[in-house]
Amino acid sequence: MSLLHLAIISPFLLAVLVPILYKLFKKVHTGWFILPLPLVLFVYFVSFVSATSTSQPIIESFTWIEALGIEFTAKIDGLGLLFALLITGIGTLVILYSIYYLSKDKEKLNTFYVYLLLFMGAMLGVVLSDNLIVLYAFWELTSFSSFLLIGYWYDREKSRYGAQKSMLITVFGGLSMLGGIILLYIMTGTFSISEIIAQSDVIFTHPLFVPALLCILLGAFTKSAQFPFHIWLPDAMEAPTPVSAYLHSATMVKAGIYLVARMSPVFADHALWLWLIAGFGIVTLFWGSFSAVKQTDLKAILAFSTISQLGMIMSLLGIGAAALHFDGIDDKYHTIATTAAVFHLINHATFKGSLFMVVGIVDHETGTRDIRRLGGLMQLMPITFTLAIIGSFSMAGLPPFNGFLSKEMFFTAMTHIIDFNVFQLDTWGILFPVIAWIASVFTFIYSMILVFKTFTGKLQPEKLEKKPHEAPIGMLISPIILASLVIIIGFFPNILSVNIIEPALSAIMPEFLFEVHISFWHGFNLELWMTIGVIVLGTLLYLSLAKWRKIYGLFPEKLALNKAYDQGLLFAQNGSFKMTKMYMNGSIRSYLIYIFAFFIAILSSVLFSQNAFKIDLEHAADVRYYEVLLVAVIVIASVAILFVKSRLTSVILLGTVGYTVALFFVNFRAPDLALTQLVIETISVSLFLLCFYHLPKKRNEERMAFKATNLVISIGVGAVVTLIALSAHSTKLFESISQYYVENTYTEAAGKNMVNVILVDFRGFDTLFEIVVLAIASIGIYAMIKLRMKGAK
Amino acid sequence: MKTNDLILQTATKIVLFIIVLFSIYIFFAGHYTPGGGFVGGLLTAGAIILLLLAFDMKTVAKILPINYMTMTAVGLLFAIGTAAGALLFNVPFLTHAFGDVHLPILGEMALHTATIFDLGVFLVVVGVTMTIIQTIGGDE
Repeated sequence: MSLLHLAIISPFLLAVLVPILYKLFKKVHTGWFILPLPLVLFVYFVSFVSATSTSQPIIESFTWIEALGIEFTAKIDGLGLLFALLITGIGTLVILYSIYYLSKDKEKLNTFYVYLLLFMGAMLGVVLSDNLIVLYAFWELTSFSSFLLIGYWYDREKSRYGAQKSMLITVFGGLSMLGGIILLYIMTGTFSISEIIAQSDVIFTHPLFVPALLCILLGAFTKSAQFPFHIWLPDAMEAPTPVSAYLHSATMVKAGIYLVARMSPVFADHALWLWLIAGFGIVTLFWGSFSAVKQTDLKAILAFSTISQLGMIMSLLGIGAAALHFDGIDDKYHTIATTAAVFHLINHATFKGSLFMVVGIVDHETGTRDIRRLGGLMQLMPITFTLAIIGSFSMAGLPPFNGFLSKEMFFTAMTHIIDFNVFQLDTWGILFPVIAWIASVFTFIYSMILVFKTFTGKLQPEKLEKKPHEAPIGMLISPIILASLVIIIGFFPNILSVNIIEPALSAIMPEFLFEVHISFWHGFNLELWMTIGVIVLGTLLYLSLAKWRKIYGLFPEKLALNKAYDQGLLFAQNGSFKMTKMYMNGSIRSYLIYIFAFFIAILSSVLFSQNAFKIDLEHAADVRYYEVLLVAVIVIASVAILFVKSRLTSVILLGTVGYTVALFFVNFRAPDLALTQLVIETISVSLFLLCFYHLPKKRNEERMAFKATNLVISIGVGAVVTLIALSAHSTKLFESISQYYVENTYTEAAGKNMVNVILVDFRGFDTLFEIVVLAIASIGIYAMIKLRMKGAK
Repeated sequence: MKTNDLILQTATKIVLFIIVLFSIYIFFAGHYTPGGGFVGGLLTAGAIILLLLAFDMKTVAKILPINYMTMTAVGLLFAIGTAAGALLFNVPFLTHAFGDVHLPILGEMALHTATIFDLGVFLVVVGVTMTIIQTIGGDE
């Protein structure tokens, strides 16, 4: 356990204290207690910057499950550090923002901050674990905390829907990723990412390589909301805005990108990796930006915009992989794609984070996020307006903001894809820059919608719930810091390149040496003309929006992915309901028939196939006359049960059988068993009597009709049990354990009653669980009867 | 319906104590002679059931105002506590300790942590049996 491990689990530790703090200090906003943690962690991680940029990654190991080769290995390299800084940095700002956003009087702050800390710890775990199983565990934990946070306002129907949707899709991907991890383990025999990377040559030719690749990518695509799995992200916007800013734009959705970047050294040599990531990325980029334009909810616009930007980063990583895949081409153009991916990752976190906060402010101060009801807020909220301008213009790729720089690099990477000249890229490859450019036009349009529909035009105070005014300063600090970063990175992009971006790149592509220099002005080259084209066409389309908006109506609703998801879910629910209904008919008699039929079928078939039935009466003791007598009593009593009319008589006869069995125990010199059997029989008879009291009176004296199935099953059970008992007696595969107990009961456990010593000492574990089962059964009976009574009333 | 169960009621008043005493004896004797927590618990439960048969639910609830669910929980706590207590002494889960101790008045006694574990079993058995009987019997 090192300090690094402590840093990763510190959010969980704090989460334990949150409910106590919340209870103790009702008057203080709980957020103030949380705020120092991400700040301290951020500073702590900054201290690693010089280490990761100069030397080898820092690795701290801690054995977790030794037997399975699972070690909690924390590893800080450039890529992990970049994400850790994002998680803690944005985390600090988001928590600061949430203190002003969430009212301490109305909201359940304790649960909110527990979930948020849970997420923060899980996300740190994802990006800093070198062991894939540990990474997977944290990965799923991010899905869970995201589920909890989306459903934070769980009294809203839409929140619950969104939470369930995100959970189903991301956990589905997570499970597939687990499959991929296991496949990797089969190929390499290790869960450690560093060791898997070292063995990438072995993996490359392995037949399981492609399945593993597909499984891992499925996990990454679902998490990072790539088309067609993107549908959960817009519904996730039901979460409180600080959560959307934090999880669903800056950090969690980038876990998929992290995974792709992390696994690049393993898979990137394969063409499939390259084409899948680039292809899905570019489709997502286009579809996200295209869909964003038709949205009327500010957060929905941002959600689709996030999808589109994630697609952009993904496609850049795909094209970056080409540098590894194709030898003999100028690597400079392809490393620029990966550089752009990492750079844009940072930029996106800054401008999208600030935009989400701006939208949160608008929502908070006006009571709506609908652009049809908003407008004219420019004079009323000048600071918010300025922040929105900075964020949106950066998102649209306009100078002098950081989005412009990464967008230019994106264009560079896309235009040079034609140079690959393989797989008929000269024909198909042209699609990449074209789609990228069209998507950028849409990006420009929705960025403009975001700013101008909200802040310019006519104020419609009659449509707003509150009288809008500027947000309190505390709420503005976080977006101001992010917006300042947008500008600072825009003017001085190289402050990040040596210490942050280069180490991250060398983690993604260890074979290359990077020297990143991002310059603001490239001269009048193709990329700049593309940007100018985007601005011109974008402005024209924005101004004529009302005229061409109708094309969104052409897309049939039936074919929408959301519809497919809903139908699929409904189908699964109805299907399983029908299936269950087929055999769960509510009659205990049927269930007993299932149980006993399976009992007979499975036991007899297995024992027959194994030739295990063996009856050897050689060692059997002689049968004595009183034993015959006891058997006769049991047989007569059991047969009589079938024919007697009254229930009371049946119970008494059943008791006769039980007491006679107790006599058998006496005869076989087992006083413990005899004693227990006698008492049990007494209690169960009185229990039967109690139950009979509740059975319907009318049918009390009626005999159940004869049923052939029941006869066959009861005879079958009896026969199988008898055969097993006789075979067990006749077969001696092992030395009996009883001698061990005879010898050790007194010396080891200081007891003379072997049965009792076995129960409480030698096999105490069994007893422990038996009494737990008993307790559960009694609670079950209690719940069944008491709850049913309440329901009936 | 008025039933005449005077004999049963009178007999119960005496027999009850005999059964309970016997069950306590059986419980403690279990380590050396037949018996133990399980049988002991069942016997005690049997005694209470006898009480239930002779009188009625409300009377018994007045005589023994016990929440049997709590009893089950306490029993589980005893059993798990004994088992987990071993961990504090750096020995495997469920390791028992025993020894001869000289106690005032009682003299030389063999003490065993298994008894505490067995007490847990005893309480769970009584609690569970009575919970079930009470729930089903109390259902109108």
